[in-house]
Formats: sequence, structure tokens, C-alpha cells
Amino acid sequence: MIIQEKQQINWQPIIKQFEDVVGKNGVVQRREELLTYECDGLTSYRQRPAVVVLPRTTEQVAEAVKICDRNQIPWVARGAGTGLSGGALPVENCVLIVTALMKKILEIDLENQRVVVQPGVINNWVTQAVSGAGFYYAPDPSSQIVCSIGGNVAENSGGVHCLKYGVTTNHVLGLKLVLPDGSIVDVGSSVPEMPGYDITGLFVGSEGTLGIATEITLRILKTAESICVLLADFTNIEAAGASVSDIIGSGIIPAGMEIMDNLSINAVEDVVATGCYPRDAAAILLVEVDGLEVEVAANKKRIAEICTKNGARSITTANDLETRLKLWKGRKAAFAAAGHMSPDYYVQDGVIPRTQLSFVLQEIENLSQKYGYRIANVFHAGDGNLHPLILYDNSVPGALEKVEELGGDILKLCVKVGGSLSGEHGIGADKKCYMPEMFTEIDLETMQWVRQVFNPKGLANPGKIFPTPRTCGEAANAQSAKQFESVERF
Amino acid sequence: MQISEKPGINSDNLGGFDANHPPDPKLIDTCVHCGFCLSTCPSYRVIGKEMDSPRGRIYLMDAINEGEAPLGEGTVQHFDSCLGCLACVTTCPSGVQYDKLIAATRPQIERNYSRSLPDKLVRQLIFNLFPYPNRLRVLLAPLLIYQKLGFPKFFRATGLLKQISPRLGAMESILPNVTLKAFRDTLPEVIPAEGKKRYRVGVILGCVQRLFFSKVNDATVRVLTANGCEVVIPKSQGCCAALPEHQGQKEQAQALARQMIDSFEGTGVDFVIINAAGCGHTLKEYAHILEDDPNYREKAKEFAGKVKDAQEFLALVGLTTKLSPLTDGELTLVYQDACHLLHGQKISVQPRQLLRQIPGVKLREPIDAALCCGSAGVYNMLQPEVADELGQQKVDNLLNTGAELIASANPGCTLQISKHLQLQGKEVPIMHPMELLDYSIRGVKLYE
Repeated sequence: MIIQEKQQINWQPIIKQFEDVVGKNGVVQRREELLTYECDGLTSYRQRPAVVVLPRTTEQVAEAVKICDRNQIPWVARGAGTGLSGGALPVENCVLIVTALMKKILEIDLENQRVVVQPGVINNWVTQAVSGAGFYYAPDPSSQIVCSIGGNVAENSGGVHCLKYGVTTNHVLGLKLVLPDGSIVDVGSSVPEMPGYDITGLFVGSEGTLGIATEITLRILKTAESICVLLADFTNIEAAGASVSDIIGSGIIPAGMEIMDNLSINAVEDVVATGCYPRDAAAILLVEVDGLEVEVAANKKRIAEICTKNGARSITTANDLETRLKLWKGRKAAFAAAGHMSPDYYVQDGVIPRTQLSFVLQEIENLSQKYGYRIANVFHAGDGNLHPLILYDNSVPGALEKVEELGGDILKLCVKVGGSLSGEHGIGADKKCYMPEMFTEIDLETMQWVRQVFNPKGLANPGKIFPTPRTCGEAANAQSAKQFESVERF
Repeated sequence: MQISEKPGINSDNLGGFDANHPPDPKLIDTCVHCGFCLSTCPSYRVIGKEMDSPRGRIYLMDAINEGEAPLGEGTVQHFDSCLGCLACVTTCPSGVQYDKLIAATRPQIERNYSRSLPDKLVRQLIFNLFPYPNRLRVLLAPLLIYQKLGFPKFFRATGLLKQISPRLGAMESILPNVTLKAFRDTLPEVIPAEGKKRYRVGVILGCVQRLFFSKVNDATVRVLTANGCEVVIPKSQGCCAALPEHQGQKEQAQALARQMIDSFEGTGVDFVIINAAGCGHTLKEYAHILEDDPNYREKAKEFAGKVKDAQEFLALVGLTTKLSPLTDGELTLVYQDACHLLHGQKISVQPRQLLRQIPGVKLREPIDAALCCGSAGVYNMLQPEVADELGQQKVDNLLNTGAELIASANPGCTLQISKHLQLQGKEVPIMHPMELLDYSIRGVKLYE
């Protein structure tokens, strides 16, 4: 086993090498400055990196990775640091490679509907760059104003529109990668269909464990002729869930469909105060339909009928951009608004079959009672992706542990009803211990073998995705040590 | 240096904040580290490092409070890199009051951190010059000669001053043209309203505005009087205190605020009108600036309650004058949001509303409208590299709208954008919305 034993690394010559590659200004090494990089959007895990490197080009990334490879130093890639599973959490004595300065849009090819970007380009800059010509980039995580495309690729991010248009992997045509040995390779191409193994598909969602994407070719779509947002409010959440099933059952595929429960409605109304969401509603359902004028008009009518039939109290619709954004604003701010209600929040990300919504929400309510923490729910209802937000106070000793346990119970519940551990936030550092809930030993071993091919020394983002003995407790330790006898572990 | 006896505990050489209003841990705790503020932070956009973002700075404030990081070069430079544009406050979905946090941090730096000698000198020059219009005027004569003799061309072409000191180069590069009008205030103390008197309002002339943009003040007064306002301009008014306040010079800011309040005492005005965004934001903050002064606390509150931005005021009371077109055909305008209006005072709709009332005006919207142009008070003199990149981006975004004219309601933004228009060789005019309204009210065409 090639385990990095705790050894004294002499950083000065290594830092000098990084400075030779990216310049003095591209290296952060002061203790207090490094503190700001000790966590991403998930603050419950913190680890200060030994040094931060900010490259600007593929070649600089490759050189930086080679330095790590030569010196056997683990490294972690980070974009905007907004991830919610701790994917960009540093490990002890690691180099953090930050792509924030790789923010160039390299090529825009409108005829062939593709854009080539560096990984630090922000998600909605892509749409901004092509919207004048009537195009947009479909995946739209709630953090789209700030999250980077590189991070989206690593986590295979979704968003409210992935119901109809798919997640990041459906919009990445090709990638330029720096592999953990520092070599530069191209995978995929600029056309959608490629023979042979889908290496691009393998890389998207690999959470930084297979390498780092330095150029990303994205597919862009033509903006729909007509877009309409419907907001329906219900006095019970089951009715909202039933409406979702009925809408899909009727053959309509909305661009997005979201449910928010009463607690999250009030949280966002406290903060963004758009006055759009009735504070006394048990749930609101937001539905966006897009397409040709006639199609949207017909679907809008049918959806309104379905919601009314299921007991919607009122239905608001918006066709113009400004009002549509206003209706969406609360939903987009839901996570951060939770921070307004409570000193800390812990967001979970699980997937359930749509039909289990009522049951799962009731169970979550029971867990909330049992543990004594309030839970707000926002839900990508169309594809069953649930985001429970557990509200707590981190300054209370032991609270975080209880909340993590509660979050774990919710995930186990999702898996039990036939769902999954993660919809779009990734496994990262946060959920790796639950992987055995969902996958068999053989499944996990197979994944480890894949990682071995790209990342044989285990230097790229170690300690993520897969359960590790040190962090997953004694019980998991004993179990997982047996699990992968034939695979080297890091 | 002595080694601390208790490692890990805040020792003497690990200087931190003092007990006089450090950044409030309760406000710090409202930050959930989501990172949304990174999207509209101008310094993060240019520098790209976490420490130079609001999220990173809040992290550093917390670390200093907790004794985990010193108030030293490694932290101070990142507070200094903040433009104070407050865009993050608008963006933050958790309602973090970063404005209060950074305002509490800046005086702490001035009290507890020893700056390098050149840094000290440049800052003292700025603080002893710019908030005092009469001192600035003394400099005007040599400046006028300097400009007439063609020195600006020489320095800008050779880049000589920039090589000696990037900050002095930056100061020189934003210098507007000095005109003879700048040497004295020409407006009388009381100007009667035209027609029926609706309000009695005070007008604050500003420092930079008074010297370099006196025609904006003239236009503002004409627009106000034409719309039924009797205008009062006390001669004793000085600087509004924005400049020292934004740089943590607390005592100087308080002294200037008291002077301003005194100068309007007994004038009996309904409102106090200001046409510069940065000044307006600080004037509205007087209650906070003088909160510890028992003699002025109440007066400050009352004064701040009367302060209105010129555009905010006119949109509120409504225009009573007839407006004529500014050009023969359509005129495409782009309105440049000043941070201290948009983020500091939440004023974005009113200026647009007024401009749209002018017949023939078509308003365009630029991308990144909420992102600072890099002027930020004296920031472009203190942090020229970051300011230059932002200025260039702003000009690109404004021009990409295809607008024929830029409307800017803040002298700082106007100077910064003019500089970058000139650097890019673009000849797009930039005017204050009050000037445009004035032309429109008087029925004067722009290009006559």
C-alpha cells in the first residue's frame, strides 16, 4: 500500500517550483490567507491546505500537477468553492489548485451550438455570452450566478431545468483534461455522438478524483419561442405531489417543476420578500413550460386545470422575463435563506421515486420530531430530487454530530424507498460513508478500479466519494477494509 | 521578538482588533459561506482569490476575532482591496450586513495597524486634500498651468509618473480638465423657485463635483427651481465625510459630519438634496457615524432623514416641467449604476424613470450593471491595478450596448469612465442625468 505516512514535507522548494510556473502572485502560502480556503459551501468540514495555486492555462495546471506527482503530494481542485458535499475540501498537507483565474470563454460557435470555456467560467456567463444571439446553456443550479463550469463538470450538476433538458453530462461534448500524472489529453469531441467508450461521461461527475478539466466544450440550446411559469399554492403537500404526477402522466414534460414546503416558503419570503409565495400555504408548486407559442399556451391551460383539480388555492402565471424571474427568485435563494432562519443549516441531497413523496415527507417530519431539529424541504419534484435543509446551531456542542446523523437517516430513507444518495451535489466528503448503503462491495470495488486507471497514486482528491476507514468510524473501517482487499487504498 | 508563553493564544505580537466596536460576531455568524457574493464582488472578479471576496474577508474578520489570525499585512491588504461598493449586500441571500462589518474593520486597521511610510504619505495627502475644497483650489492654479503646457500628454505618453509611483500615475490619469469656473462658487445662497413654490430644499455641492463638475451643480439647481423648489446653499458647507468615512478615518469623518449638520441648522429646509451618489450614501449614514456623540446623535438622525438623492427626490415629487427631446431623432442612452446609489441607497429605478420621461430617449441595459467601475471613491488612486481592469471592463460593457451617450450620477464614476473611454480612444459623451434633464427642460438640443 502506498499510504502517505505523516511525514515532514519541506514546502519551501516546492513552493518555489509552483512560483516558477504561475508566478509569485499565483501562489497563496500565508497561514492566515490559507484559512479562507479551508472549506467550500459545506462548512462542517474544515482543513487548511498547505498551499494554494492559481493557474491560468492548461499548461500551468499540467505543470502544477506534475510537481505534485513528482513530490507525492495530494492535490484537490477547487472552482468557486460553492459545492455542498465538501468536494473541494482540502486534505492535510495538500495543494489546492484553484481555477478562479481560468475564466476565459475561448470560443463561441453559434452555428454548431457550442461554446468552449475554461473551467473557472461562471455558469451563467455562458448564457450571458450567447443570449444576445438567442441561445442559452441549460443546466442551471441554484448557485448559477457564482458556481463555475469546472465545478459543474466535477459534480455533474443539475438545476431546475434538468427535468426536460438533462444534467451537466448531457451538455458536455468534449473535455481537455490534465490527468493526475500531469499529462494533457482530449476526450469526447465537438459533435454529440462518438464511437467507443464514453470517457467524457465517465469524467463528468467524477468529483475531481480522475483529473482536472481545463477546457470544456459545452452544448448550447436555442432559447424557446415562449416560456411560461405557473405558481400554484396548496393547503397540503400531497396535493402538490399528486399534481406533479398528473402533469407528467398527461404527457407534458415541463422544463422544471419545483415544490417548496411551508418552512422554506417563509424562509425565502423573510429574505427576498417578493411577496409571491403565500406564507400560509402548505406547499407551492412552480412549473415552467417552454416551447412554441401554441404548445406553451395549451400546456399552461392543462397544467392549471390539473392543479385546480388537485385543490390548488390560486394559480399565478408569468410570461414576461421580469415576472418569471421574480417567481423563481425565492426558489433560487432557498438554501441561503435558510441561513437567515437559523445560525447554520445542513442541506441534504437525495433522490426518491416521485410516488413516494408523501410517505418520505411524513417520515422526514417524524425524524425532525425525533431529533428535535426543524427541516425545510425544497424539491426538484419532476425528477424526485429532494433537498431537506436541517436547521441547527453549530455553536451548540454536539449539534453537528446529531444533525449529520439525522441527515444520514434521511439518506438511508431515500435509498430504502428505491432512490439514491445524491441527485446533484455529489458524494464528496459528506456522504462517502453512506455509499455502502447503496452499493455492494463489488460495485464499489469496480469504481475503485476505474479510479486506479486514471489516478493510480491516489493523489487527485483523495478521501472523497469512497468510504475511508479514518473518517467512517470503526465499524465502517472493519467492514470496508474487508471490502476491497485487492485494491490499493489511500 | 518574544515567543508567546501560551502558544495558540492571542499574544501581544499577534495584534488583533481592539474593544472599540470590532466586527460583530453576531453579524459574522449570519454568513453561511454559500459564496453568492463572489459573483458581484469587483475585487474578486479581478484578483480571483478567496481572501479578496466578501466571504473570505468575513472569514478573516472571524479569524482575527478568534485570535487565529493577526491584524497584519496578510489580512489588512485584503480589507484594503475591498472597494466598498456593497454589491455583496444586495446579492447576499442570507442578509449578511457586510457594509457594517467592513465599516467596523476599517477604523480598527487605522488604529491598530502600522502602514508602510509611502502608503501613509499617500493616504495623508488624500485625506488632507480632497475633503477640503478650499485646499484643492490652491492646487488648481498650478494644475491649470500644468495642463495648458501639455504635461499630461507627456506623462501619459511616456508613462514616467506611473513608473515612479503607480498611485501618483493613477491620480494624474483621472484628472479632469480644469476650467476657470472651478476657482470660485458662483451660486448664490438662496435661489427662488420658478412659479409656485412647492418645497424649500438645501443643496450640497460636494467637493469634486463643486470643483470639476460645477456645471452639474448648476444644472441640478436649475432643474430643482424649474420644478418649484426654492434652493438654499449654505456657504459654510464643507465635505460630507464620505472619503474619510470609507477609509476608516473615524474622527475626521465625525468632525466633517458635525460641520455639515451645523451649516444647515436653522435653514428650515424640507429636504437636503445631493447629486453625487457617494456623498448621498454617507449623508444618509450620519445617524450611524455620530451614534456615540450625545450632542449630535439626535440632530444627525433628523438631518439624515431629510437627505434625498436628486433623482430619488424628483421621482418622488414628480416633474412639473415640460420636457423636450434632446436630439432630432431617437437618443440611445445607457445609465451607469453608481454603486452607492444601487447598492448603498437601493436607487436604480428612479434615475431610469426620469430619463425615460425625456421624449426620444431609449434606455439600454449593460451586462454586469451591478459591478463597480473601479472608481470607488479614492480606490482608483490607492489600488490602481484592480481599478484599471474594472474601468476597462465597465467601458466595454457600456459601449457594447451601442448607446450614444452614457448617463452617470456620480463624479467618481464619471472621472473613471472618462479616463477609460479616452484610453480606448472612444468619444462617447458622459453626462449627469441632471444635465440631461436641464437640457430637456430648457429645450436645448445636445449637439447644438
